[in-house]
Amino acid sequence: MCLGIPGQIVAITDEGRQMAMADISGVKREVNVAPVADGPLEGLVGSYALIHVGFAMALINEAEAARTLEALQGLGEAQETLEAMEDGVRALEEQS
Amino acid sequence: MRYIEEFRDPKAAEGLLAAITRVVDEIGATAEKPVHIMEICGGHTHAIFRYGLDRLTPPGVEFIHGPGCPVCVLPMSRVDECVELAERPEVIFTTFGDAMRVPGTKKSLMQAKAEGADIRMVYSPLDALELARRNPDREVVFFGLGFETTTPSTALSIQQAAREGLRNFTVFCNHITVRAPIKALLDDPHMVLDGFVGPGHVSMVIGTTPYDFIAEDYGKPIVVAGFEPLDLLQSVLMVLEQIRDERAEVENQYARVVPKHGNPVSLAAIKDVYEKRPSFEWRGLGEIDESGLRIRPAYAAFDAEEKFGIGYAAGPRVVFEPEGCACGEVMTGRIKPTGCPQYGKGCTPEMPLGALMVSSEGACAAYWQYGGLRGLEAAE
Repeated sequence: MCLGIPGQIVAITDEGRQMAMADISGVKREVNVAPVADGPLEGLVGSYALIHVGFAMALINEAEAARTLEALQGLGEAQETLEAMEDGVRALEEQS
Repeated sequence: MRYIEEFRDPKAAEGLLAAITRVVDEIGATAEKPVHIMEICGGHTHAIFRYGLDRLTPPGVEFIHGPGCPVCVLPMSRVDECVELAERPEVIFTTFGDAMRVPGTKKSLMQAKAEGADIRMVYSPLDALELARRNPDREVVFFGLGFETTTPSTALSIQQAAREGLRNFTVFCNHITVRAPIKALLDDPHMVLDGFVGPGHVSMVIGTTPYDFIAEDYGKPIVVAGFEPLDLLQSVLMVLEQIRDERAEVENQYARVVPKHGNPVSLAAIKDVYEKRPSFEWRGLGEIDESGLRIRPAYAAFDAEEKFGIGYAAGPRVVFEPEGCACGEVMTGRIKPTGCPQYGKGCTPEMPLGALMVSSEGACAAYWQYGGLRGLEAAE
């Protein structure tokens, strides 16, 4: 929960809510980019960020993204995060 | 050396280990009189065990596993309150999956869910926000848990909910700060710590200046570290060099990600939404002054404590700990996990009694996963 996962910001989805689509290890997930927004959001497209529980918390370069992902995979944390993202999707689909 | 081949750069790891051994010799530390280094972050604890760093480093270095695993420091009474909230018929209770198996005095959230409570594991508080939008006739409560890595996410979500005027979204705030327990540990007369490996991703949010007191007031070194095994080895070396040179400084090994002053947007959101509680209860450590956060009155409409009259809003609470559970002693470094009478007997990752056995970031679960047999052999 406390470790972020690298993702690439691929599109801005909601300028007002500062939301963007990120590619996290091949999985697409909408994330909030407010913490790394500094100017027009379009400028973030293509950047890599460390993503914590759905929020892009720091911009990193591609090499750092790759190294971090490798470290997370070594710890099994990358898999855990991807499973948590699936849980999130399921939580929304569940009927109350 | 069965682990070293797994390093990204085994040659660099060998070089760092040789340097660590040299500095440990220069300090004169031995197995009988080791240097005690605390890694604060549970992610670091996990990495140390995963890569066997405690075994690769010389016996003169002893790792003390710090309180940086949010679910591990969660008191049972807090879990009980989560269950109480979740069992209200109007509530959809949302939580990070990590908290599901933490035992309460009667049951865990997992058990409450099996019994029919509407509890949903989510990845992000943004999922909880979306649930609130889609279910206007239900009360969506998000279990706000964790240190400063997750605090901005709930602060920003509450701000968003306020902008949208959502009336059915609240946060049950149990956020904690990393600074307060370190200070409490340093003030503990039983504690023998020589230096710290500081958390990486927490520091990405708060920066490195909040650690200045460790060096300035307590004269102890701290090095903020990344969590690749090479980052950790390098950070341990930097701590040891400070000890050898009788320096006490805040150093940043993880500057490629951690800015000195943290993330300004996140810090502003935290400041806007949260204020310090006078004190907050930690499992195994008791009440610690100014260690927890609560939602400011301006955002009371989004505060589950206020809305449902639960938690600190309901007055002082009784602390429960399960019989024979030594999580507190393990967390303060007084005993190793294997020194707990319940380790591997009444408490296993499948049936955890104490919270340190629940999460992969907990010292007991890490011992069990990567060194359980070794630990039991040593204990017998």
